[in-house]
Amino acid sequence: MTPTATKSTIQKMPRILRRVFAALATVLAGGFLCALLIRLAPGYGFDEREMDQRMRAESIRAIRAERTETGFAALYWQNLRAAIGGDLGKSRALNRPIAELFAERLPVTARSMAIGLALAWVFALGLAAAMAVTRSQALNAFAAALSGATLALPSAVIALLFLLAGWPPGLAVAVVIFPRIFRYLDSLTRGILDQPHVLFAEAKGVSRARILAYHVLPVAAEEIAALAGISVSLAFGALIPIEVVCGSPGFGLLAWQAAQARDLPLLVDMTVIVTLFTIAANSIPDFFERAERAA
Amino acid sequence: MTRTMARAILVLTFLAAILAPWIAPRAYDHQYRQAVNASPSSQFPLGADNLGRDRLSRLLEGARVSLLLAPAAAALAVLLAAIVGILSAYLGGVWDRLIMGAVDLLLALPWLFLLLAVRAVLPLNVAPRLSVTLTFLLLGALGWAAPARVVRAQVRALLDSDFLLQARALGISPARVLTRQLPPNVAPVLLAQFCVSVPAFVLAEASLGLLGLGVSEPLPSLGSLLRDLESLPALHASLFQQAPMEMAAMLAPAAFLVLVICSFQLAFPQQEICS
Amino acid sequence: MIRRLFLLATILAAAVALPARYAFAQTSNNELRFALRADPKTFNPLLMADEPSETVSYLTHGVLIRINRATQQLQPELATSWKVTEGGRKITFTLRQGVTFSDGTPFTSADVVYTFTSMMDPKLHSPIADTFQVDGGPTTAHANGKYEVTIAFPAPVAGLERLFDQAPILSASASGKEASPGLGPFMLAEYKAGNYVLLHRNSHYWKHDAQGKQLPYLDAVRLEIVPNRDLEMLRFAQGELHLINNLDADSFERMAAQNGGASNSARDLGPSLEGEQMWFNQVAASPLPDYKKAWFRSTNFRRAISGAINRHDLTRVVYQNHASPGVGPFSSANKFWFNANLKAHPYDPADALRRLQLDGFHKSGPDLVDASGHVVEFSVITNAGNQSRERVAAMIQQDLKQIGVHLNIVTLDFPSIITRITQSFDYEACLLGLVNVDLDPSAQMNVWMSSGENHQWNPAQKTPATAWEAELDQLMKKQATELDPAKRKAAFDRVQEIVSEQVPFLYLVNKNALTAVSPALGNTQPSVLRPQVYWNAETLTLAAPAAGSKQLAMK
Repeated sequence: MTPTATKSTIQKMPRILRRVFAALATVLAGGFLCALLIRLAPGYGFDEREMDQRMRAESIRAIRAERTETGFAALYWQNLRAAIGGDLGKSRALNRPIAELFAERLPVTARSMAIGLALAWVFALGLAAAMAVTRSQALNAFAAALSGATLALPSAVIALLFLLAGWPPGLAVAVVIFPRIFRYLDSLTRGILDQPHVLFAEAKGVSRARILAYHVLPVAAEEIAALAGISVSLAFGALIPIEVVCGSPGFGLLAWQAAQARDLPLLVDMTVIVTLFTIAANSIPDFFERAERAA
Repeated sequence: MTRTMARAILVLTFLAAILAPWIAPRAYDHQYRQAVNASPSSQFPLGADNLGRDRLSRLLEGARVSLLLAPAAAALAVLLAAIVGILSAYLGGVWDRLIMGAVDLLLALPWLFLLLAVRAVLPLNVAPRLSVTLTFLLLGALGWAAPARVVRAQVRALLDSDFLLQARALGISPARVLTRQLPPNVAPVLLAQFCVSVPAFVLAEASLGLLGLGVSEPLPSLGSLLRDLESLPALHASLFQQAPMEMAAMLAPAAFLVLVICSFQLAFPQQEICS
Repeated sequence: MIRRLFLLATILAAAVALPARYAFAQTSNNELRFALRADPKTFNPLLMADEPSETVSYLTHGVLIRINRATQQLQPELATSWKVTEGGRKITFTLRQGVTFSDGTPFTSADVVYTFTSMMDPKLHSPIADTFQVDGGPTTAHANGKYEVTIAFPAPVAGLERLFDQAPILSASASGKEASPGLGPFMLAEYKAGNYVLLHRNSHYWKHDAQGKQLPYLDAVRLEIVPNRDLEMLRFAQGELHLINNLDADSFERMAAQNGGASNSARDLGPSLEGEQMWFNQVAASPLPDYKKAWFRSTNFRRAISGAINRHDLTRVVYQNHASPGVGPFSSANKFWFNANLKAHPYDPADALRRLQLDGFHKSGPDLVDASGHVVEFSVITNAGNQSRERVAAMIQQDLKQIGVHLNIVTLDFPSIITRITQSFDYEACLLGLVNVDLDPSAQMNVWMSSGENHQWNPAQKTPATAWEAELDQLMKKQATELDPAKRKAAFDRVQEIVSEQVPFLYLVNKNALTAVSPALGNTQPSVLRPQVYWNAETLTLAAPAAGSKQLAMK
């Protein structure tokens, strides 16, 4: 036992390092690709002041000259160097340091995401489990209707309805991502319930709840963990329209404002953060799976 | 029983969508300007919209646009997810890490700007139908990242499971494992993905309308009709002004989409698929 | 196992949900609340270009002369009197004495000189400074004693007094600070980004009411940052906000229907200075095919399209009669400058076709084709998300179909539009809203001068492309330097006439000013000019909220 354990820790060391290195490369690539996309999209470097009737032609030309002064590559390099030094730069649209913006907005979004994810998972797991245990046709139809209805309504409409009811945006996030999580969970449990060993156990009179707990959940652990990872991405995607509608000053609203203003430094920093979170969320299943295999 | 009904509903809705130009009571784009916001009546079965256009005809035309293209785009996304997920899990090692890194990137990047750039290179006078087809194609091409992760996880679990170990021990070739053994086992997940993607793409298409992609006036899509619900005054009025007819008319596109999605979910034989 | 999982998850959910509970807002009763659409980009009044920053500046800073929003006349503020000399090259102000800034420091001529000197710094790119700039040299300010200041321009400026309505006076002792003490009725107390800007009453404010009570009556103003219009409506309906400056027609109708009768808070103030306009791209270097450039440069073509649009239907269907057909750059809301002899182009498809025939266009089946056989099809770009504007476009589409013209509607996001209309010129027609902040035509120099960057249909020309644009240049220069108001008026009347004949802009509708004012708010005098409801913020009062009224706010 002891030698194997030591060996595995040694093996793990460089692996973790490799992972960190890979994550770093992905994040850098994310930042660069994001900057490139914004640069190529129309509207880059636009300035609202160009439409200001008060501005004289000379001033407008001066504003235009200013923004074409620094080339794209130079700008990216400058920002990257500053970011390594801990300076995230300044948002052009909001005219404030980006680090400050993140410090204000991340907690708001973290709260909404936590509420949304927790509730969506509770309901999705509960409903999938209930369906697996009862195998009732009525419940099946009810689940289809519920997930169908929540899938067919635009996030903004759901957010509006919640706004009218006075409920927090986190609940709307839950409603938007619930059907997605549920559909995967449902199909996973069905796939396993139909496997021969489960059918055999059932034939032997093992209770369905017991089957679910001892045969389905452990077998599907890896997929559920992967689903947990992507549900974070799903929740973030859902959050943007919801925060915009609810006027909740979080990361999603900030992303929307930044995109509208073509705020390159802010958007690149946000993409880097989101990439980091995505990698972190999607790494959980990998570690989980390794632990499983080691056991 | 449920399944037969679901299938019948699917057939009916798709027939209605395909035959929309022939069965719609009026031209979907004509503005009857004296009938703006008209209540449902024999003349306008679902009422008229805020420009006096027949809601029922617009619903049928919108269904035609969305219901023919969204499933195609969803199928494309599901196919890509299956290929990427299976390959990543099967190849393992460096390839797996590279592919999953790319998936993470795809999930995190602001694709909005790619879509903006696409709109910028398209000519301004592009036919709405061409624009909407292209939009769905783009959605399909970009929408595979999340499900690819789930497929990969499932394939990895399957590769470790007993029956594939047995198959390998029996000397069944990797190619055969890839093509014969894996697809039926990941099918339920892919079906789930398909059912989630269809409405997601229908709605996403409408948001892209804001960027000048997708449908543009006067062509409706299910998504653009659903966007009518997004205005609070309208929503507020239909919910609280005790006008059940108007409310039903407003909610008709949503109800229609819900019906189609539920039918999709119930129409396929989920239980038997693995046996 | 499952039950345990359930329990765990429920506890987890409850734990995260708890801090998100609703909290009672800690607000005083005498606090005016309304919404800003976004965070103010700056608290430096010299740099403001966005509406939220302008709102904060309007409430916290004072000006030398104010345009009374109700009478549209000049009224003395920090200057008790002024005198224009040297044929409009100089203006000398006598300043109000005994006035102090919000930090208690006295207000003198040094502050005015400091304000204008910093504003005119060319490196600052202050949008306000640009309105004070005249060709031929710098604009300077100098003090002639503690309470007298002269501002000197290099050339005569017509109607220059009204410029000072837009120039907030800063404190010389607080140079370099972004949020400096001001002379307005309120002062900046707290800013929570993304949430609110809180202004407190300026206890040093100089104005007193007729009874000698110091103004303002309100203790505080809370500017809530609400990016979403629907949310603003909702919070107004719940009594959390006291006013909405600018309602769209749908919301207005809804609000009027809901609380019709005694407590009706929606008010239609009649024609505003805002409207919708469309124009064709006439830029010579644009990437359009030559035959299309020829269409768009044809006066007959532009006039025909204008006449084929049913403006009455637009005002009735889209604006529910809270608008009138667009006539020209100014609406009747501009009491002095509007040319009352002009009428909106009447809806007349037959006349439109007749005009088109003059240019060789003719009908071929259902389509209109030009002399060389090209089917007449063009696109109009407009910004996404403005529902009324999208509906206007859809109605024009059907109107034009009647004369055989195919119109494609392309909604784009705002930056894409700006890029197309100011840099790439890759567009055919554009539909956008028009906001006039200033009543004086001199504020529109950059629009009508052919060298202007805001001469949207063909900006920054070296020499005028057409004879009528040359005439516009002349008339605009004349009205800018002529001091006799009647002669200025004659010149600008002619500008409006030319614009109506040549149709560089198709003026579609002129919107009414629609506002919502809570019954609790007293002394209101809503105006069609910005800032509509709170322009007289110092005299507004707030009745104590009725017992049990909702004061919930999201924390």
